[in-house]
Amino acid sequence: MSKSTTGSAARSSASSGRVKTIDIVNKGLKSRYRKEKRFRVYGLLSIIASAVFLAFLLSSIVFNGYSAFLQTYIKLDVPVKTGMINEQNPRRSDFQGIIKAAIRDYFPDVTERKDTRELYSIFSSGAAFQLREKVLKNPPEGDTTISLWVPADDDVDMLMKGHMKRDVPESERRLSDKQLRWIEKLETDKRIEKRFNTTFFTAGDSREPELAGIWGAVKGSFYTMIVTLVLSFPIGIAAAVYLEEFAPKNIATDFIEVNINNLAAVPSIVFGLLGLAVFLNFFGMPRSTPLVGGIVLMLMTLPTIIIASRAALKAVPPSIREAALGVGSSKLQVITGHVLPLALPGMLTGTIIGMAQALGETAPLLMIGMVAFIVDIPGGFTDPAAVMPVQIYLWADSPERAFVERTSAAIMVLLAFLVSMNAVAVIMRKRFERRW
Amino acid sequence: MQMTAGEKEAREVAAKSDTNREIFLPPERQRVKDGGKPHVSAKNFSIFYGDFEAVKKVNADILSKYVTAIIGPSGCGKSTFLRAINRMNDLIPSCYTTGTIMFDGEDIYGRFTDEVQLRKKIGMVFQKPNPFPKSIFDNIAYGPRLHGVNDKKTLEEIVEKSLLKAALWDEVKDRLDRNALGLSGGQQQRLCVARTLAVEPEILLLDEPTSALDPKATAKIEDLIEELRGSYTILIVTHNMQQASRVSDYTMFYYEGDLVEYAPTKQLFTNPRDQVTEDYITGRFS
Repeated sequence: MSKSTTGSAARSSASSGRVKTIDIVNKGLKSRYRKEKRFRVYGLLSIIASAVFLAFLLSSIVFNGYSAFLQTYIKLDVPVKTGMINEQNPRRSDFQGIIKAAIRDYFPDVTERKDTRELYSIFSSGAAFQLREKVLKNPPEGDTTISLWVPADDDVDMLMKGHMKRDVPESERRLSDKQLRWIEKLETDKRIEKRFNTTFFTAGDSREPELAGIWGAVKGSFYTMIVTLVLSFPIGIAAAVYLEEFAPKNIATDFIEVNINNLAAVPSIVFGLLGLAVFLNFFGMPRSTPLVGGIVLMLMTLPTIIIASRAALKAVPPSIREAALGVGSSKLQVITGHVLPLALPGMLTGTIIGMAQALGETAPLLMIGMVAFIVDIPGGFTDPAAVMPVQIYLWADSPERAFVERTSAAIMVLLAFLVSMNAVAVIMRKRFERRW
Repeated sequence: MQMTAGEKEAREVAAKSDTNREIFLPPERQRVKDGGKPHVSAKNFSIFYGDFEAVKKVNADILSKYVTAIIGPSGCGKSTFLRAINRMNDLIPSCYTTGTIMFDGEDIYGRFTDEVQLRKKIGMVFQKPNPFPKSIFDNIAYGPRLHGVNDKKTLEEIVEKSLLKAALWDEVKDRLDRNALGLSGGQQQRLCVARTLAVEPEILLLDEPTSALDPKATAKIEDLIEELRGSYTILIVTHNMQQASRVSDYTMFYYEGDLVEYAPTKQLFTNPRDQVTEDYITGRFS
């Protein structure tokens, strides 16, 4: 088509006397520049749109979640008398009872059974654990009073943070008028305040929002990622090097290549099913553990790493291979001495992408039991654990209002984890790049 | 027709090596000591890329310690032939050869020939300077290290000797630890020559070594070839006919995969026997 237009242009120029080529160029120049400008504007618009979405997302997460880093605590003076603590086995003392007595001491005018129960519910059940810990650490001698800042119940916390309104009718809020009055008494006595929520960063999951923390999930994610990295990086790179450098080009390798490319697009839950069938049922590995989770995520990550690594290997200039071969390197020496170091930054990029994917994955973990409610903080690769995205999912599913902000806070922690993981990889990549 | 003593000797050599080409040695004053033996000899040697015959049934002897230039239009098979000598074509999966090509009486494509050892003896310098992204010292020391030299003092000696031979020593002796990629194009190419010389090859294959260089750097490389002449068997592929006539003792002219003419350079450029050769060297080529 272009040929015919130039042909007709040539003919018309011949008929209308001499038309210089430069005039034709000049005529088209304006529209060419216009096109370029339009193209740049499109690009800029898409950048702005994505920046706006990202800013909106991040600000809504931060806005919803920042309050989870604070928690309402109530100061309680707990009188501990001799006999209250079990002499033989202090662990088995009735700490709940001691706390309740202390609460009753502070509010002497509350006597009715129904009222006391409401009163107790202002305080978190974690108060007794806190007291137990303190007593076990330094056993009291004789009669003393232990002063404690104990966490308030999540409803009180919501009230203090302004998520619950005080001036609505009693039936429309979760705290009764009486409870409000008690809280006001605590406020006037300056015995209730918001403090930094260390529990959130040190505890595992809990049914009580004020006692729930992300640390268990962080550790679970950490162990899972370690397993994934340790398995997928060497396997992925070895597979890529073999396919790219050693494998003969035949139907078998073509078949493998097609399958690897397809595996990268397989829905991740399928890998979960595979993990359930193979690792749990056939090999009998422990359920809900980072070990199995890591292996399943490794399966999911491998295609990504292999594809990126092969691209990186392909991008190594052939002149370097020739140079090394030309002075008498063997094939392996060429690969380990020249090709791999040059391809390593690209391989690391692929690994970062794969690991980031794995970190945010929940679907394959559903199948191998990593969505369980796990309170304990995992101490190793074979302890039952949850991972961060699963924890977020579980909290987002919980009805308590206090879990809303914790969900957002957990997302922030997940993002921080992701950013620091990527930062490590970027630093490593930079170091390898500088060496070469 | 009168024959000089050298020509006689060359004819004898040609007769012994069974090739159907007549080979002449250059005039007495250009003769090289201990040179003139067939170092690489091709017999009915063809190179294929799949179905395509890139080099067709070549019969030729490359004489030791002389400089042989290979000229011809693009795609005529001259680089393919050069790369076949140290089996660089092995990197191309579809490439295979028929006939034989011998190096020092050993079949280059023989079943028991080790290509790593072969490439140590037949070094190659490529069209584009391709130093490793390492220091100048490590670039030169890379080859010797591969072949088992680890003593620091010996390595330093080898590096100095190689750089001296490649006429680069004076320019880089104060910055051996700098990255080789910081050198200019001409220096990089001489570094590549030095790197090849460091493993003490017997043959030096130069594949258009100056096509990416400016005239000044080209002159330095040509001087270098002149320096090395007599110590190494040198094969140089070039597009530049002046360069071929300046640096070489013999010239091969390839055309469409055929070795059309192979003769002493002076004779080929002044009195070509073949019409195609004449057309090519006089630029009357369509």
